[in-house]
Amino acid sequence: MSTLAAPYRFSDQFYAGARACIPVVISVAAYGVVWGVLARGAGLSLLEVIMMSGLVFAGSAQFVALDLWSATPASLPIGPLILAALIVNLRYLLLTATLRPLFGPREQVKGALIMGIVSDETWAMTVGEMAKGRGSVGFLLGGGVLAYVCWMATTVIGHTLGSAIDDPSKYGLDFAFTATFLALLLGMWKGKGDLIPWIVAALAAIVSAKLIPGSWYILIGGIVGSLAGAIGERLRKNAD
Amino acid sequence: MLTSPEALIAILGMALVTFAVKAGGLLLANRLPRDGFAAAWLKHIPGAVLASLVAPALVTGSPAEVIAAAITALVYFLTRSLLPTMAAGVLAVYLARLWLVG
Repeated sequence: MSTLAAPYRFSDQFYAGARACIPVVISVAAYGVVWGVLARGAGLSLLEVIMMSGLVFAGSAQFVALDLWSATPASLPIGPLILAALIVNLRYLLLTATLRPLFGPREQVKGALIMGIVSDETWAMTVGEMAKGRGSVGFLLGGGVLAYVCWMATTVIGHTLGSAIDDPSKYGLDFAFTATFLALLLGMWKGKGDLIPWIVAALAAIVSAKLIPGSWYILIGGIVGSLAGAIGERLRKNAD
Repeated sequence: MLTSPEALIAILGMALVTFAVKAGGLLLANRLPRDGFAAAWLKHIPGAVLASLVAPALVTGSPAEVIAAAITALVYFLTRSLLPTMAAGVLAVYLARLWLVG
């Protein structure tokens, strides 16, 4: 940990991260319960729910897995399950790459191990913190551990509850992610240079969401939009 | 029924590829230059990914989602705080759906 850039104690940063992530962890909890309920319906045992939440720890990939799951072991599509998890999670290549400034050149192995606990929500909170010139490994871990414990607990609760909550959209809870991501996006506004990448990303995501099934649109919009931002910067520099 | 060898292999495989992608992003980033085109590209990724997460949800949804998104943005600019913004968004979409669908 660099002592010059971060004059904070690790425990302070850990608590700050956990506190800051409470709003997003609430939506994680809501989806955890729903996933647990659906997992029971798809035929996962309680032990399998605990293993998948604890070892895979990736909400969207776990939702996709439920579509493929079979209660009969002999007909379980092992290959497609693993491939689907890989494709749905490919976007993490982009997400965790942006966390590189948190780690020094010799902290790659430590950093790579810590990445296991990163989720969309805690990544977004940490990157938002970094955009304000703050953010640290402690902050990331505080939010990450809170989200992990919460996901584990609520998926188990969902599996135990059975079919009490069948449809999150009935309570508007499906919008919790969109509202949170929208607020995080607005907080990242730094100037006109952001307009091109955001609009291009939004359009690319809308078009690819219509044409390609699954969550490819997140990856496509993220790559196309950020490339447009970089090209825009290059063009402005050349014009000067 | 606790689990089966097939389920165990599937879950371990899913866990392995997920961790490989998460760790891979950080490790690959360390090989990219700190400034220039690649750095500008990386800098714009978070905003672009967030825009990609939000935009399709608003376009493919009903007018209720669009109304709720406008209220969400308004509450964010007024409070600059995440929890009231999320709560306002959820409440707004709940009420808008009741009002639009009946």
